[in-house]
Amino acid sequence: MSSLWPRIEPLLARVEKPARYIGMERGSVRPDHHPEKVAWLLLYPDAYEVGLPNQGLQILYEILNERPDAVAERSYAPWIDLEAELRAHGLPLFSVDTHRAAGDFDVLAFNLSAELVYTNLLNCVDLAGVPVRAAQRRAEHPLVMAGGHCTFNPEPLADYVDAFVMGDGEEVVSEVTEVVGAWKRSGRTHREEVLRDLATVPGVYVPSMYDVEYDGPRVVAVTPKHADVPAVVDKRTVADLGDWPYPKQQLVPLIEVVHDRLNVEIFRGCTRGCRFCQAGMITRPVRERPLEQVRTMVRDGLRRSGYDELALTSLSSADFSGIDDLVGGIVADQEGTGQVSVSLPSLRVDAFTVGVASEIQKVRRTGLTFAPEAGSWRLRQVINKLVTEEDLYSAVDAAFSQGWRRVKLYFLTGLPTETDADTMGIAELAKNVVAIGKQHTKGASATVSVGGFVPKPHTPFQWFGQNSVEELRRKISLLRDDLRRSPAKLRWHDAEASFAEGIASRGDRRIGAVIERVWRAGGTFQEWSEHFDLSRWLDAMAAEGLDPDWYVTRHRTEDEVLPWDHIAAGLHRDFLWQDWQAALAEHGLPDCRWTPCYDCGVCTGYALEHVVAANVPPAGGSQGTGQDLAAGSTVPVRLLPTVRGGRDREARVAG
Amino acid sequence: MRGDAGVPVRLRFTKHGPVRFISHRDVARAFERAFRIVELPLAFSAGFSPHPKVSFGPALAVGYESDAEYLDLELTREVDLERMVDAVSDALPEGMAVTGASSLADRAPSLQEGITALGYAVELVGVAPADLGPVVDAFVAATAVEVVVTRKGEERIDDIRSSVLALARPRPAEAVVVVEVATRPRTLRVADVVNGLRAVSPDAAALEERRVVRTHQWIERGSARHEPLDVDRRSDAPEGATRALEACA
Repeated sequence: MSSLWPRIEPLLARVEKPARYIGMERGSVRPDHHPEKVAWLLLYPDAYEVGLPNQGLQILYEILNERPDAVAERSYAPWIDLEAELRAHGLPLFSVDTHRAAGDFDVLAFNLSAELVYTNLLNCVDLAGVPVRAAQRRAEHPLVMAGGHCTFNPEPLADYVDAFVMGDGEEVVSEVTEVVGAWKRSGRTHREEVLRDLATVPGVYVPSMYDVEYDGPRVVAVTPKHADVPAVVDKRTVADLGDWPYPKQQLVPLIEVVHDRLNVEIFRGCTRGCRFCQAGMITRPVRERPLEQVRTMVRDGLRRSGYDELALTSLSSADFSGIDDLVGGIVADQEGTGQVSVSLPSLRVDAFTVGVASEIQKVRRTGLTFAPEAGSWRLRQVINKLVTEEDLYSAVDAAFSQGWRRVKLYFLTGLPTETDADTMGIAELAKNVVAIGKQHTKGASATVSVGGFVPKPHTPFQWFGQNSVEELRRKISLLRDDLRRSPAKLRWHDAEASFAEGIASRGDRRIGAVIERVWRAGGTFQEWSEHFDLSRWLDAMAAEGLDPDWYVTRHRTEDEVLPWDHIAAGLHRDFLWQDWQAALAEHGLPDCRWTPCYDCGVCTGYALEHVVAANVPPAGGSQGTGQDLAAGSTVPVRLLPTVRGGRDREARVAG
Repeated sequence: MRGDAGVPVRLRFTKHGPVRFISHRDVARAFERAFRIVELPLAFSAGFSPHPKVSFGPALAVGYESDAEYLDLELTREVDLERMVDAVSDALPEGMAVTGASSLADRAPSLQEGITALGYAVELVGVAPADLGPVVDAFVAATAVEVVVTRKGEERIDDIRSSVLALARPRPAEAVVVVEVATRPRTLRVADVVNGLRAVSPDAAALEERRVVRTHQWIERGSARHEPLDVDRRSDAPEGATRALEACA
C-alpha cells in the first residue's frame, strides 16, 4: 500500500522525459487513502503529454477529491521505455500523485477519447497486475471502468471493461462512488454483486449483464440478462453547466504538454448538426456557461496558474451568446497584468469570427485555423457544414488583413457521395486562399490538412461504408499532384490508421479479441505513427476469422441492428436515418438553437433544454441557421424557458 | 540590452527531489509562470513576439540536483528583493526555491559569458569507498586523460584533464567525489569526468554516477573567484536588499 517511489526513481534516470512520472503539478493533490474511502485511479491511456490536459479527467479528479468518501489519483500510459523497465523489475503501473500501485485502487477509470488507444487500455490493465478479461477478475481486483466519447460504442471493449459510463460524468461519478463504497464496506465479497448494482445506475452500462445474439456476421439482438438491468442505457447529461465550474484548479504541468494553456469550457454540446461529427451529436443539447462565471474562471485561473495563454473551449466557440462581449470583458480584465494570448478553438469560418479573434489575439498573431471540411458547397451540404466559399474567403481576407500570416485549413476526404470534383475542390480552395493572402503579405502561407473520414456511431453517417485504404490514398494523391507546385502545403493523415480506427469505431463485441491480439503482438501507442502498423490489425482480424471490409467499408442497411443500438445518446434512430437521407439528397439542416426544434429526440426525450443566454444567432454568417441572418437580427423563434431564474439576467434582447 | 531601461536582478535557486527530472527549458517555463503568479514587473523584449527578459546560466542535466542555479532578469521598476525571493519560491514547483537575489550593475556580463567553473558532488556506485582513493589520485596525477566524448552527435577522443580544475574525496568513508570543471573552451560534462575516472584505473571499470548535485558556480575575475551573486552588484543597491545566503558548505 505504500509508495513505490524509491523503486521507480532509479528507473527514471534511464528513460525519456522522466518528468512524465513525477506528478507534482500545480493543482495536483496527494490524497489520504483510507479503507472506508473509494480509491479511484483516473487513467488516460496515452502518453502523459497527451493525457494530462484532458479536461474530463481533471473535472472528475477534483469532484472525487472533494468528496469525503473518495480519493482520486491519476495515471497515464507509461512510455515504451519505462514499460520495459517496469516489467524487467517486476514493478506495476503506478499513480503519478503518490506512486501507489494501480492494483491497490478500487476503480481503474479510463478516459477513452480515441479508438486507437484501446490497446493501451489493455496494456495498462495488464501492467496493473489485473487480468485483462473482465470474466477472469475476482473480488480483490479493481473494477475497470471507462467513459468518454468512444464509449458510445462500448462493444469492442465489452469483454475487457467491467462498466462503462455514458455522457457527462459530473453527477454519475458520485453515484458510482456510493455503490462501490457500499460494496467495499459490506466486505467486498462477490464481484457480481457490485456489477449488478452498477448496472442499475442511470448512465452505467455493464456489458456482462447482456447477451449478444448473432446471425452469421450480424448482431441480431443485445438483451439484458436480468429484469432490473435496462434494455437501453441512456447517457447522462448535466442540465446546467453553471452548476459545475470545474476544473477549479486546472493542473499546470511541469513539462510541455498539448493544449498547454488555461482551458475554460464556455459551453458543452453543439447543434450545428455537422453530420460527420460524433461529438456534436452525442453531447446535445447546448449548455452555455454563464458569462460571469466564465470571466471569473478565466480571472482566477490565470492568476493561480501563471499561464499567459487561454483557450475558451467548446465545439464552436464563436457561437457562444455574446462572444464579443465576453472576449471584450476578458481583455479588459487582463489590462495591466501582462500579455495574455487567447484562442478560440474550433473557429467558425467567417469574417466576424476573425474580428473576434483579432480582438483577443493582440500578440503573437501567427496562425489561424479554419475547418471547411469539404471542398465543394454541394458536399458541404451533404455533411451539413454550411460554410459558403464567400464565408471562407472573407474570413481568410480578414485574417491576412489583420496581421495573421499563416492559415490552416482542415478537410475530410472519403465523405459520403464525394466525387473527384469535390476532392479537387479542396485544392482549389487552398490555392485561392493563398492568392488572397499574397494580396496582403508576401509571406502568406496556407497549410491544408486532410484526414480520412471514419464514420462514427450515433451520427447520420453511421450507416455509411468507409472508403478503403486504396481509395483514400488515391484521393490524397490527386491532391498531392494538384498542389505540387502550389505554395499551399498539404498534410494528410495515414489512411491505414483511419482503417484501423474504422474497425474499432463501429466494431461489435467480437472486435475485442482483435484488439487483444494487436496488444499481445506489441501494438501499443497506435495513435503514434511510429508505432502503428496496420498489418497487426489485419493479421488479428484474420486470426479471429473476421472480414475487415465487412466492418469498415460496408454500407449498413436501415433494418440492421447496429452493435451500439442498446446505448442511447438521446437521438431518435428515425431522426438519424432521416438526416442520413437528407444528406444523400444534399439538404442542409438548420441549427436548432435559433430555428424551430426538429425533434432529434434529445431535449424531448430527456426533458432538457438548450441553455443559451440569447436568442440571437452570432453575427456574421448564415452558417447553420439555414437563413440569411445579418448581424444582430433576431431569429423568429421564442427563447426557450430558462432552467433557473437567474439565467434571465443574461438574456439579451436584440436591437 | 540589459539595463537599457529596466532594473537588472540576479537570482540564485535550488532544484532538489523529483523536480530534478524536469529539463532546463521546463525550469525556464516554471519561472516564467511563477513570475506571472507573483505579478513581478518583468521587462519585455520589443518586437513581433515579445518575451520577458530572463536569461539563465549553464544548463543542468536532467536528473541532476542543484544548490546553485542562477538566472538574470530585468524588471521595469525596483522591488523589495527579500519579499520577491519568498514570493517567487512559493510560486515555484515543489523542490525549487530561490535562495538569494542581488541587484545587478547595468551592462554586467551575462551568466553564460561570466560563469567559468562549475562544482559538483558526485555519488558513485560500482566502487568501494576504499578503492576510490587510488582512482582519484591516479586521475589527479595524470597529465592527460583521454575519453570518448560526444559532441554535436559525433564521437571523438578528447583529453579532459585540463578541464578538471579540482577533484577530491571529501569523506573517505563514502563513494563521493567533488569535482570542479571548467566551462572554457567548452563545458565539461560530469559523465565525461566519470568516464575519465574509469579510464585512469582498471579498478574503476564498473564505476557509475548515481546522484549528482551541482554545488557551486563560479565567476573568475583576474585571479579571484566569486559567487555569481557577489560580482557585478549595483553599487547603489539599497542596503539590505540582498540576501545572499552562505555560498554552500
